[in-house]
Amino acid sequence: MEKQKAHIDKNNTVIKVRGLEKSFADYDVLRGIDLDLYQGENLVVLGRSGTGKSVLIKLISGLLKPDAGSIEVLGNDVTAISERELQELRIRIGFSFQNSALYDSMTVRKNLEFPLVRNRKGITRDEINKNVESVLDAVGLSHTINQMPSELSGGQRKRIGIARTLILNPEIMLYDEPTAGLDPITCIEINDLINEVQANYKTSSIIITHDLTCAKHTGDRIAMLLEGQFQRVGTFDEVFATDDNRVKPFYDYNFTE
Amino acid sequence: MATIKSITKFAPSRFARLKDRVAAFFLMLYRVYAFILRFFKEVFLPPYEFKEVVRQCYEVGVRSFTLISLTGFIVGVIFTKQSRPSLTDFGATSWLPSLVSIAIMKALAPLVTALIAAGKVGSSIGAELGSMRVTEQIDAMEVSGTKPFKFLVCTRVIATTITIPLLATYTAFIALLGGYLNVSQNEGTSYSTFMEQAFEPLTFVDFWASLSKAIVFGFTIGIVGCYQGYNSTKGTEGVGKAANGAVVTAMFLVFIEEVLIVQIAGWFR
Ligand SMILES: Nc1ncnc2c1ncn2[C@@H]1O[C@H](COP(=O)(O)OP(=O)(O)OP(=O)(O)O)[C@@H](O)[C@H]1O
Ligand SMILES: [Mg+2]
Repeated sequence: MEKQKAHIDKNNTVIKVRGLEKSFADYDVLRGIDLDLYQGENLVVLGRSGTGKSVLIKLISGLLKPDAGSIEVLGNDVTAISERELQELRIRIGFSFQNSALYDSMTVRKNLEFPLVRNRKGITRDEINKNVESVLDAVGLSHTINQMPSELSGGQRKRIGIARTLILNPEIMLYDEPTAGLDPITCIEINDLINEVQANYKTSSIIITHDLTCAKHTGDRIAMLLEGQFQRVGTFDEVFATDDNRVKPFYDYNFTE
Repeated sequence: MATIKSITKFAPSRFARLKDRVAAFFLMLYRVYAFILRFFKEVFLPPYEFKEVVRQCYEVGVRSFTLISLTGFIVGVIFTKQSRPSLTDFGATSWLPSLVSIAIMKALAPLVTALIAAGKVGSSIGAELGSMRVTEQIDAMEVSGTKPFKFLVCTRVIATTITIPLLATYTAFIALLGGYLNVSQNEGTSYSTFMEQAFEPLTFVDFWASLSKAIVFGFTIGIVGCYQGYNSTKGTEGVGKAANGAVVTAMFLVFIEEVLIVQIAGWFR
C-alpha cells in the first residue's frame, strides 16, 4: 500500500531537542543532537547498531537522563519537570519497544488493559472492553485476545506492543526498530500499520530502523545518526544522494544487487 | 626475588580492588536504604492494587507450602527424637514437650520458614523482576504512565510481610504435631497433656518476639528479592545474579536479624 500524503504542520514542533549529549562510562554515545519533530510527521532515524538510537528515544521519554542539552516534548522540558508531570506527559507518548516488552505474566487482554485502567480513572468495564477490541482490530489481531505473549510470534508481539501504546491515544509515537527480525511480508504489514496509525490517530512519530524499505515506506523525513550527531537530514532521496561511505552502504545493501 | 617482585606488583592492584569492593558495598547499602525509603513513601499512596497483593500472597503461600509442611514436620520429629537421650540421662523425659515447644516456637519455626521462603519465594521474586527489567517490561510500565514500583515492588513486599508470619505460625503447629506424634508413640502422652505442657513455659513476650521476627523476615525477603530484581543489570546473566543475590542476601540478613531480635526480646523479659 502506498503512503498517503501526510498533513504536516511545520509551525508546530512537538519534539524539540537541542545539543543533546549522553555518555556511558567513557563512551560518548550522543554528542550534540539537534532534532525537530513536526506535528503529523513520520521522522525516520537511521544509524548503525550501537550508535545510540534507542538511547535517544529513551532520553526523549525520560527513561534516561541526559548529560547536557535540552529536550522539549509537547511544550514540556522533560529534564526539568516533576515525576508527576512526567507521568502525565508519558501518557501522551506511545513507546513501542525494540523487543516489544509485553508483560509475560498477563494475557493480551490484560496487557492492553494495564495502562488503560491505571490512567483513565472511573472508566467502565464496557468502555475498557470496547477500547481493547478497537485497538486489537486496528492491528488485526482480534483473535489473540486471550493468548499469553509466549504464544505469539515475533511479528504478532510487535503489533500487540504497538496496540498497547495506541490504547491511550498518544499524540506522539516512538517506534524502536518496528520491523527488525521480521519476514518481508510482516514488515510490509507493520509499515502499513505505522502509516495507518499516522493517518487515523493523527500522531507524530519517530521511527528507528535500519531497514531502508521501512524508512522509505513510512518516513516523511529521514535523519541519519552518525558519530553521535544527525549529519544528514532530509527526504529519502536527499539523504542518499551522496558518496559518503558511511551512508552509501545502507542504500547499496538494501537496493542494489 | 621473582616472588617478591610479583608480590609488590600484585599488592597495589589487590588493595585497589579491595577499596573498590568496600566502596561498592557502601554504595549498595545506601541504595538499599533508598529503596526501602521509597517503599514506605509509595506504599501508602493510591492506587493500592489490592487484587495484585492478594494474588501475590497466594503465590507466596503456594510456592512454599509443600516444602514448609514437609520440613516443619520433619524438624519436629527429628528434634524430639534427638533430644530424648539427653533428657533420659536425667530421667527428665517428661520435660520433652516443653523443650520441643520452646525450641520450635522461639527459634525453629520462624527461622526454618524464613530460610525456605528465602530460597523459594525470594529467588523467584528476584528472577521474575530481574527478567522484567532485562526485557524492558519495567521500562514499558514506566513509559505508559503507570507506576511499576507500586505494582511490582510494593505488592510483593506487602505479600511476603503478611504471608510469611502466617506460614511461620503454620510451621510451628506442624512441627509441634511432629513432636507430639513422636512423644505419644514413645511416652504415650495424650494430646491434651502434650499441648498443656508445650504451652506452659511460653510467655506473651515469646509469642510476640516470634511473630515480630517472622514479620521482619517476611519484609526482608520481599524487599531483598525486589531490590535485586528491580535493579538487575542487563542481560540474561543479570536474571540469574538477581535470583541468586536475593537468596544469599536474604539468608544472611535473616540470621543477623535473628540474633538482634533475640537480644532485644531479652531486654523485655
Ligand atoms: N543503560 C546503559 N548502560 C550502559 N551503556 C548503555 C546503556 N544503554 C545503552 N548503552 C550503550 O550505548 C550505546 C548505544 O546503545 P543503543 O541501544 O542506543 O544502540 P542502538 O543504536 O539502538 O543499536 P541497535 O540498532 O543495535 O538497537 C551502546 O554502545 C550501548 O552499549
Ligand atoms: Mg536499539
